[in-house]
Amino acid sequence: MLRRFVIHQPATIAEAADLMRRFGDDAAFYAGGTELLIVLKEHLASVDHLIDIKRIPGLADIALAGDERFLTIGALATHRIIERDTLVRSSLPALAALEMNVANVRVRAAGTIGGNLCFADPHSDPATLLSALGATLTLDNGMAERTVRAEAFISDLMTTDREPDELLTRITIPLPEKPVGIGYERIKLHERPTASAAALVSVADGVIASARLYIGCVGDAPQRMWDIEDALTGSPAIAASGERVKQQIASQVVTYDTPFESAQYKRQLASAVCTRAIAAAILDANGREEARHVA
Amino acid sequence: MSPETMTLLRTVINGRHVDLEIESRELLIDLLRERLELTGTKRSCDSQVCGACTVLLDGQPVSSCCTLAYEADGKTVQTIEGLAQDGVLDPIQAAFVEHAAIQCGFCTPGFVLTTKAMLAENPRPTRDEIKSYLGGNLCRCTGYWNILDAAEDAARRLADDAGVGS
Repeated sequence: MLRRFVIHQPATIAEAADLMRRFGDDAAFYAGGTELLIVLKEHLASVDHLIDIKRIPGLADIALAGDERFLTIGALATHRIIERDTLVRSSLPALAALEMNVANVRVRAAGTIGGNLCFADPHSDPATLLSALGATLTLDNGMAERTVRAEAFISDLMTTDREPDELLTRITIPLPEKPVGIGYERIKLHERPTASAAALVSVADGVIASARLYIGCVGDAPQRMWDIEDALTGSPAIAASGERVKQQIASQVVTYDTPFESAQYKRQLASAVCTRAIAAAILDANGREEARHVA
Repeated sequence: MSPETMTLLRTVINGRHVDLEIESRELLIDLLRERLELTGTKRSCDSQVCGACTVLLDGQPVSSCCTLAYEADGKTVQTIEGLAQDGVLDPIQAAFVEHAAIQCGFCTPGFVLTTKAMLAENPRPTRDEIKSYLGGNLCRCTGYWNILDAAEDAARRLADDAGVGS
């Protein structure tokens, strides 16, 4: 049985932030509840006040912005809304595909992308791809807005850069312009991914011109694989280039033993998903490259 | 009990208007099972993994074990009890019976309701689409094949019914 609490229904971001400043540690923002309710049910945390932010208008909107160079997603958009949104599917199919495989259909119907990012469970999908895409997150405390790069948002294990009275309001994703390919791969045995990787690769004249690579789940936060990016740059734009750096990924990824997963196991998984993500990104980039020449 | 921790719920459950004073902390599964005696909704994993407690909230499948009853305010709730009409099984239920997609039956209400939500969105799903949509419902008895067959057959039955009706 849950402990008793009061539910508040602020109509604006300013009201929500005021409530949070008033109640402090006795309150939590409440959106989809997929993570929070489990924590409350298990009595891992308890609050006297739930601040339901779902009645604040406009926080689930999805749109193109800045001459259609950016996709903006309201933090309260559920995984299901994103996976089925025609704009997301056409402008960023990799994100739609990622969302379609989050947990199960019930979690996706309730859970929001903003809640997922703020809870910051490392065994999660969106933060890794958004980091690779160079997305920015907008935070609002009712008085001022600020933006944080997605890759800097998760600062530690289940910890973010968000101040207690700040609401994550939207995610702004630059849409890849050049012939950039995107790959996102995960290994998921149950509801949550065990290892994941996101790759952005641009290809010019059959060679990898640049690469941006993140591995998720196996550490406290998505981690950028700088050395692997360097090693890939200049390599032929073929799947074998990913295979060539597989051992290097396994040795460089930062991870540790946990009760059910040894560090060695996670190194193996991370190098496997990362190699697949690189191959998928190369394939995607080559597809786009060819399409551009045809056009 | 402090009145602040109570809330008024106005909802429609299986087509029937329900106005109730509830505790804010009350879970949808407890409202359904304990207060309304709609015990077709099953509690199992209690953590959004197994799908036994699935109900449809405005047509979307949700885990009633991890949904506050408060969330049903202003929305419609459909449980397994609302499917059969005047003792006649819904075509999805009929398909599950015919394909023996049931053994102990504990997971069945969740599977049937999830199938209903899927077919409302996608009336002619492929086998892979069915696997993906139903992938979050667990059955420890059947081995799933009969359930997949039943879901495919349910799609045909509903398409046939629609054809007859037009």
